[in-house]
Amino acid sequence: MTVSPAHTAPTAPTATTVTTGGALPGGEYDVTIVGAGVVGTAIARELARLPLRIALVDASDDVGDGTSKANTALLHTGFDAVPGSVESRLVREGHLLLSAYAAATGIPVEPLGALLVAWDAEQLAALPGLAEKALRNGYRSARIIPAEEVRAREPELGPGALGALDVPGESLICPWTTTLAYATQAVRAGVELHLNCRVLGVTSAEVHTVATGRGPLRTRYLVNAAGLYADEIDRLLGHADFTVTPRRGQLIVFDELARGLVRHILLPVPGALGKGVLVSPTVYGKVMLGPTAEDLDDKTDTGSTAEGLALLREKGRRILPALLEEEVTAVYAGLRAATGNDDYAIRAHPEQRYVTVGGIRSTGLSASMAIAAYVVELLADGGLPVAGARDLEPLRMPNLGEAFPRPYRDAELIARDPEYGRIVCHCERVTRGEIRDALASTVPPGSPDGLRRRTRARGGRCQGFYCGPAVRALFEEARR
Amino acid sequence: MSHDRTVDVLIVGAGPAGLALAARLAGAGAGHVEVLEREQDAGGVPRHCHHGGFGGPVRPWLTGPAYARRAVRAAMVAGATVRTGVSATGWAGPLTLETTSPAGLERITARAVVLATGARERPRSARLVPGSRPAGVLTTGELQQAVHLYGQDIGRRAVVVGAEPVVRHAVRTLRRAGAEVVAVVTERPRGTAVPGVPLLTATTVGELRGRGRLSGVVVRHADGRTGILACDTVVFTGDWIPDHELARRGGIAVDRGTRGPAVDASFRTSVPGVFAVGNALHGVERAATAAAEGAAAAAPVLARLAGAPWPEAGPPLVVRAPLLWVTPNRLTDLTDLTALARRPLLLRSGEPLTAPVLTAAQDGRLLWRRRFPVRTAPSRSLRLAPGWTDRVDRSGGPVVLAIG
Repeated sequence: MTVSPAHTAPTAPTATTVTTGGALPGGEYDVTIVGAGVVGTAIARELARLPLRIALVDASDDVGDGTSKANTALLHTGFDAVPGSVESRLVREGHLLLSAYAAATGIPVEPLGALLVAWDAEQLAALPGLAEKALRNGYRSARIIPAEEVRAREPELGPGALGALDVPGESLICPWTTTLAYATQAVRAGVELHLNCRVLGVTSAEVHTVATGRGPLRTRYLVNAAGLYADEIDRLLGHADFTVTPRRGQLIVFDELARGLVRHILLPVPGALGKGVLVSPTVYGKVMLGPTAEDLDDKTDTGSTAEGLALLREKGRRILPALLEEEVTAVYAGLRAATGNDDYAIRAHPEQRYVTVGGIRSTGLSASMAIAAYVVELLADGGLPVAGARDLEPLRMPNLGEAFPRPYRDAELIARDPEYGRIVCHCERVTRGEIRDALASTVPPGSPDGLRRRTRARGGRCQGFYCGPAVRALFEEARR
Repeated sequence: MSHDRTVDVLIVGAGPAGLALAARLAGAGAGHVEVLEREQDAGGVPRHCHHGGFGGPVRPWLTGPAYARRAVRAAMVAGATVRTGVSATGWAGPLTLETTSPAGLERITARAVVLATGARERPRSARLVPGSRPAGVLTTGELQQAVHLYGQDIGRRAVVVGAEPVVRHAVRTLRRAGAEVVAVVTERPRGTAVPGVPLLTATTVGELRGRGRLSGVVVRHADGRTGILACDTVVFTGDWIPDHELARRGGIAVDRGTRGPAVDASFRTSVPGVFAVGNALHGVERAATAAAEGAAAAAPVLARLAGAPWPEAGPPLVVRAPLLWVTPNRLTDLTDLTALARRPLLLRSGEPLTAPVLTAAQDGRLLWRRRFPVRTAPSRSLRLAPGWTDRVDRSGGPVVLAIG
């Protein structure tokens, strides 16, 4: 079957389309992506190169507001994936693609490298197997290092480390900026982003009619990147390939004064008792401890628990004792989209003009760009016309990373615009200029939390004691 | 490019302590005394405390904002420079601070630097209160600013968490904003009673619930019973911690108990030329106490400007549980021990004490022992005016304060 696009996206859109309420625009889309997380936005961005009319819809009031916002914020090499799996290939490719994209776009990435620290004989014995697995995944830089070297490279580590696997290619990344960069570039290239737009049903004929909370949406092709809800969308189209079990991961973030305690990403050695918890710096200059791994029934239960936090503190105390003396900045929990399978569930249903992107676990951030390229291939195989691709307008994102220049330290910028010298959020040193920019950006925040993910405002140790009302006032003023 | 400047005394923080010190120093002819305030208005926390009882001695009619205005005026009239909207972001040298303001970046070098950075309440996250992350979760500081400085809407039904006197101010502010206060909850056996509000003692907040907006808090009583208090707002009060970030960034030793810069009786920190005063030293005390500390630091700062040497640290002054902290907490030279004898030590306990006997010992040797015929709550400091410090062995081990 050949399909001709019903509409041609303007080559240089003068106005971008982001809607948050009211009826959806009429007409027919060529492709609609359900789910504006890191995967959905990456797919939208990839498709935005083509002369097609594309919709990106999400139930939330913001992009990246589901599993994408509360993860461990690592850019993985894929050294520990299941060799030969789709995940292995896509994480490896995605790592390269996203590394280059981040450098070009200003997404903060810190290539700190990881140490998988062995704390007992069983874990030590597992290291050669992990090194060998890394090789089978095409990753050649991993090597086992002895206890003395571990100690020299991580002086604050608790007693009892027996050795480690050194994986120098693992990096920190800002997950919020990544999703926003994809979404921004997609929207600027003409993709229509519809938020607060929950999918309720799908009727498929010559075109799909997607029933949403904001009315019907007609589309020829449909991509399911609904994360935790990918199985439910799949069922609307008659498939029951997998079931998503939300796996909750609770995390504790320690204040930036703890940042000097740790130099690498300290990953656990996976063992019989599960994956264990990691200690890792973040690009925002803090230190993260977690996650737990709890299989739940409720796809909305992103609450932390006393038991979970106690477990993290107990494990963290062994890994980095001094960390527990520092103040806690934030506690949060994210849900990973576990499917019970050991691989992504990316399935093309060409006869339905439908692609499912399911089971994207915590590696989805690292693999996102490769997943997007793969999905576009699958769509093309299913008949989507992919001629006429063009380059996207280059994009530069505001920097949220501590390792890169921030506006409050930029004398030239402040001289040009004094608003970048007016610090509003003191803990995170976020200026009024940055908040103003975020509120006026292509994909503006739908809530104060969304503003935090764009600027870090209110994300620090005081959690609003000093700046909360001031930040809220700026947000509300912009909404008026 | 940073603009480099030099002043005589640079005070970070224009709250009660910093302003009182600035007024004294400028009035005493200390030269160029500059106070940096990162907020748009000087005055510190009293700016948003719309209740009376400020001042020393206490004046029931004097509100926080009025007190703050007086303090700012006194400093400026005395000749100090008070600059607002200027953030000290780091150190470029032992006595050089980096700043950011709309006017640009500066590096300001001083002959003496004074940290008067104040204290804040620990937020919900730092207290490790589990549950969801809805809107409607505040500290008293945020509540007061939202209501008194910004006129923002707060909610309809509120729960207040804490046992310190600040609970009263949180309740008052909530009522003024039109919210009903459902309960005051504290894990301590005694709390702060507020007329018309149920007080739940020996009760912990086990979980916050709600998506988007808070819908309730799960409370757990000492006997194991649990319940849910339906509310759309919860205010976490008290549990103060010094805002010690700048001190730690400067490599200044921080006391384990107070979490503020360790200081001797002359407010000298471990870094020569750097002093610290006010609630940055110990978490919250009344504004008048902070201001008195600021004023008392003027003499040692002036001595420093006149070339007085910076004494080597002597034995540390530490506390044993249930005592939480003592300040001052560094013992330095003999002149300092004399200063210690003149000014009271502030001592805080984590548990209520009834007529406690306090002891000071060094290397197993009892230096001093005294019964305090009072009853103290964990939210109040004991004031020790000891005459025992001349018995401290300068080259001995830590001096330990304990309940004997």
